[in-house]
Amino acid sequence: MSTAEKLVQMGIAIALFFGVVAVVLFLADRVRSRRGESLQTLVFVLPAVLLIAVGLLYPAIRTLYESFLNAGSTQFVGLDNYQAIATNDSLVKVLRNTAIWVIITPIAATLIGLVYAVLVDRARFEKTAKALVFMPMAISLVGASLIWKFVYDYRAAENDQIGLANQVLKWLGMDTYRFLLNEPWNTLFLIVIMIWVQAGFAMTILSASIRAIPDDVVEAARLDGVTGIRMFRYITVPMIRPSLIVVLTTISITTLKVFDIVRTATGGRFGTSVLAYEFYVQSFRSFNFGLGAALAVLLFALVTPIVLYNIRQMRRLEAR
Amino acid sequence: MRSLKTRRVSATAAVLLTAALALSACGSDDGGETKSAGGTSPGEGKAGCEQLTQFGDLTGKTVHVYTSIVAPEDKAHKDSYKLFTECTGADVEYEGSKEFEAQLVVRVQGGNAPDIAYIPQPGLLKTLVEQTGKVVEPPDAVSENVDKWFGEDWKKYGTVNDTFYAAPLGANVKSFVWYSPKMFADNGWEIPTTWDDMMALSDKIAATGIKPWCAGISSGDATGWPATDWLEDVILRDAGAETYDKWVDHEIPFNDQQIVDSLDRVGNILKNPKYVNGGFGDVKSIATTTFQDAGLPILDGKCALHRQASFYAANWPEGTKVAEDGDAFAFYLPTTNEDNGKPVLGGGEFVAAFSDDPEVQAFQTYLSSDVWANEKAKNTPGGGWVSANKGLDVNNLVSPIDQLSAETLQDPDAVFRFDGSDQMPGAVGAGSFWEQMTAWITGKDTKAALDAIEESWPS
Repeated sequence: MSTAEKLVQMGIAIALFFGVVAVVLFLADRVRSRRGESLQTLVFVLPAVLLIAVGLLYPAIRTLYESFLNAGSTQFVGLDNYQAIATNDSLVKVLRNTAIWVIITPIAATLIGLVYAVLVDRARFEKTAKALVFMPMAISLVGASLIWKFVYDYRAAENDQIGLANQVLKWLGMDTYRFLLNEPWNTLFLIVIMIWVQAGFAMTILSASIRAIPDDVVEAARLDGVTGIRMFRYITVPMIRPSLIVVLTTISITTLKVFDIVRTATGGRFGTSVLAYEFYVQSFRSFNFGLGAALAVLLFALVTPIVLYNIRQMRRLEAR
Repeated sequence: MRSLKTRRVSATAAVLLTAALALSACGSDDGGETKSAGGTSPGEGKAGCEQLTQFGDLTGKTVHVYTSIVAPEDKAHKDSYKLFTECTGADVEYEGSKEFEAQLVVRVQGGNAPDIAYIPQPGLLKTLVEQTGKVVEPPDAVSENVDKWFGEDWKKYGTVNDTFYAAPLGANVKSFVWYSPKMFADNGWEIPTTWDDMMALSDKIAATGIKPWCAGISSGDATGWPATDWLEDVILRDAGAETYDKWVDHEIPFNDQQIVDSLDRVGNILKNPKYVNGGFGDVKSIATTTFQDAGLPILDGKCALHRQASFYAANWPEGTKVAEDGDAFAFYLPTTNEDNGKPVLGGGEFVAAFSDDPEVQAFQTYLSSDVWANEKAKNTPGGGWVSANKGLDVNNLVSPIDQLSAETLQDPDAVFRFDGSDQMPGAVGAGSFWEQMTAWITGKDTKAALDAIEESWPS
């Protein structure tokens, strides 16, 4: 089918849609009774429900179903795929790595963002300082990974270095180090990339909510003789607690879904693969759709509680 | 007001989606028979168009080609289609993507298949045929062309379960060792003709303080593939083509003793700290060196030998003379066992169709002909392309390495075998094989690595 034909078909579909909607709305409008009202509500709600069903519900159920099938989705294999995830050495390593990512990244990124936000708050060079930390946010994760891949690049000590990190080690008179290869530390060096990107996000949100702390609270605390670390511990942190949680959970969700960094920097080799990446590899490289689906379901199960918690916290934040 | 607008937008989307689903459901049926659009072909009487006139007048029609070949190599491809357009009137819409392998299956399953795809792995063709059932058989003219211009083995790689689907397109030779003719001449080194000679030469070079070999297997999420080529090349030499075929088809276990021995032979080079990794560091640095960078230290004299396919020619920096008397050239990776003849490991692409419209069939016919092979060679002024098409005139190839590749492919003594990892199931060939070879380089023991691959073979 050529592009022109497709466009014509699209035109017809849109015209058809307007026609149908006009008729439906007209008819719904004609029914004037209690039942008519619920009918009108239905007409308004149905499209959204339909879309969610087609775009979200159906794929989710389908994925869940496929996770109980074999590689080519032709045979029912029960819980075999889940069993493989729990017993296969390399897949267990994937779970371990995902756990390391989810524990370290949100805490480190939030902590760095928070400390930075407090330190530069109302300082003379605040805008420049904030821009510096915020800038990595503007870079895509793939771009960031490429940059850091060069930073980590390894050459033996006697050769000329092209990686910044190893050149620094060389200047310090130390041996060069394989940042991306040596297990399990390589995962930590990948996490550094994520923190570099996410700290700016944490800093921005937290900085705004620090600003939002009412002056009278700060003043009252100051009159009571609270300063420095204690001000931070007893006033700042409790006052911005809801934002802190939102930042933590948002970064957790991003981290659970981390794909770009692992793929770009190591391709999942050297024991650095994580859930979101492994699910892609199994589905679209190995064409083992069953195992891929099982990994996706697991990822979904892990993300859901955090998302729910996040939504509840955001509601609370809005209600304030 | 806001809710009304949102609702309308989402409802539009719903209708469009339904329409799209309905449209995509109208697929095409099986091919095999030649179809004609009727009318007088614009190529009637023109030279080179003989095979294409039977499809009739295709003016205004478009063939959508999806490939993994991207800029700058795609230009020569597009240029080589000009004759097709002159002959038939149909245009070719070319789309190259680095995400080809992953995207193609998704697109085909989603009902959005291209007309033609250049598939670089027989294993992927098998997956497409068996898991989607959307690959269409080519017209008889293609099958006849392949019988005439290609070896039997090449036709076999485009065949799934005894049905022929895809004609070979380009090819490459993997059994090459790159070296610097200048460096060899300066030092009085000679090109080795047996494996033992090559090891003796390696020792000789190592004694001068240079690490003789350089290698790199890093390649994004395909990291590990260059090491699989090493192993395949050595299995062909040690155990012979028959054993190799059995190993590829999993008729003998992946961790058979013969395979263990061959991998150990590879290890004598790649895991020998005296031999590797010139210009980069120690053995482990092979894992993090990209395959594109791996051979470059040859130009600085920091390394002397680099085993890589003919397509490595594209990676030498501008100004490098790639010729027998130049800065870089390749020799045939020597054999270990005379009984096994002259094995050649290689790769290539295959033309699979997802539609049997006349213009698609015409294009398939064109690509499988000797006319196209020579047209492509003439349109590749920079070199870096060959085909296993026997009708390809070696003189039409410009670069010496391409000529060497074509001669190697057309050599009647050569025992050609396709890259094994490309034929294995994806879980192995694009999964555990790459992964375990990487682990092997970074320290895993030979037997343990091969055992792990054997275990991952889908039952």
